[in-house]
Amino acid sequence: MRRHIVRAAAVATIAAIVVFGSAISALACGGLVAPNGTISLTRTTTLAAYHDGIEHYLTSFQFSGKVDGSLGSITPLPGVPTKVIKGGDWTLQRLELEVNPPALEGFAVTDAAVPAAGAAQVLMRTQVDALNITILKGGATAVGTWAREHGFFLPPDAPAVLDFYAQRSPIFMATKFSEKRAQAQGIVGGEGIPVHVVIPTPNPWVPLRILTLGRQPQDLVQADVFLLTDRDPAMLPQAVSPSGRPDQQGTILERSGWASNGLMQDLRSDQRSNWIPDQPMWLSYLKIDERAGDLTNDLAIDASGFGHPDPIAAGFAFPAVPAPAGATAARTILWLGMGVALVALFSRRRIHALAARSR
Amino acid sequence: MNVRRRGTAAAALLAVAAAVVVLAFTAAAAPPPERTVNVTIHFSHFDLASLQVSAGETVRFVVTNTDPIDHEFLVGDAEMQQIHEAGTEASHGARPGEISVPAGATVETTFTFPGRLASGWEFACHLPGHYAYGMHGPITMTT
Repeated sequence: MRRHIVRAAAVATIAAIVVFGSAISALACGGLVAPNGTISLTRTTTLAAYHDGIEHYLTSFQFSGKVDGSLGSITPLPGVPTKVIKGGDWTLQRLELEVNPPALEGFAVTDAAVPAAGAAQVLMRTQVDALNITILKGGATAVGTWAREHGFFLPPDAPAVLDFYAQRSPIFMATKFSEKRAQAQGIVGGEGIPVHVVIPTPNPWVPLRILTLGRQPQDLVQADVFLLTDRDPAMLPQAVSPSGRPDQQGTILERSGWASNGLMQDLRSDQRSNWIPDQPMWLSYLKIDERAGDLTNDLAIDASGFGHPDPIAAGFAFPAVPAPAGATAARTILWLGMGVALVALFSRRRIHALAARSR
Repeated sequence: MNVRRRGTAAAALLAVAAAVVVLAFTAAAAPPPERTVNVTIHFSHFDLASLQVSAGETVRFVVTNTDPIDHEFLVGDAEMQQIHEAGTEASHGARPGEISVPAGATVETTFTFPGRLASGWEFACHLPGHYAYGMHGPITMTT
């Protein structure tokens, strides 16, 4: 019964988040930043496809009803995207249909370096239909401040969650709905806006903890994550096998195998989907059903075949803090000094030896 | 000679006793000296788990918000906290013990506690979801 309801919801809509109350709009990836707990997430769906060092991250933003100006979404990204464009019209729905139990959501990846204080740097601004998308670079405080100053409402866990991501990758995608443009473009309620983010990165990565943003610890976070990779990927944490129990919780690997020809052909035939390689790809379907209080990690993926997903990307460890510039300089001077001393010593001995020989 | 000495000593003793009594009364009547309590907010948590005050104590709270989001610091009894949790006051600062602490700012307020505290006194932030997230702590009175 539950599966039928979920499937109906997934087919009827696209992904994302349902917002209750007078202002309604829905977001796929990322943490929802909206006022006063008036928002509830249903399942969300995301595709992270990885080929030739490029992650193609697809998600959908659903618009419905009157949008509150303070509603938006913040998505951590693994690196600086080269482009953010409209995604295929029905790629995510097709994936949902492929794996039967439909639902929604997933994410992007990692990077490093944490610009601490200061203002967030705007790397890119673009529009996809009724969405205003801004790619930001900055630490948690800088990005949080930018979001607040641009009318995003940040729930109380936002500072900690943003910091969790900024310590590993200082790149974020802030998305907001433009009600005016939605009306002008005739976007009707319930219509999803697919967004395709192209990110060069050494390995794909799916942020999961961001899904808990603004949620109570006991809230159930539900997401469907699809991965398309060149080979069977290794993941951290390791997903568990389905038990068959409808109330199973955790990160469940529902499907793992070569994508069918039919699926690949369908995906390639979608609008703006010529990026999908003309070769077999491995399809992994992960179902996330986890209490927000327990979902404190991301999904690290090693698609290279080496089988070593990065614990830092999974959020189980943090990158080592680089030595302060002063310390590095001092160390360099010390090494240089030692080098000069050795050269001088050697030269002196050589000179003495030559002098002795000439005598 | 001895009588005079004894009289002088008794007078001195009386004076000292009187002074002690006066000092004791003065000490009892005067409020304790003002105390400064520094509070830091980080990741939507107060670094102060709880607070103990003495009867009638005046406390100067210096609250620093290191977060990129706004917070509040409101001192009061259970009823007052309830009102703020359900309330819609956008900002605070007019009443002692009630301040808004904008992102990255340091704000202070001075509050004099009553002679007795009923149970349920707290310091808290009542912006949407913040109390439930754990932004509150109990205030008790030393006996």
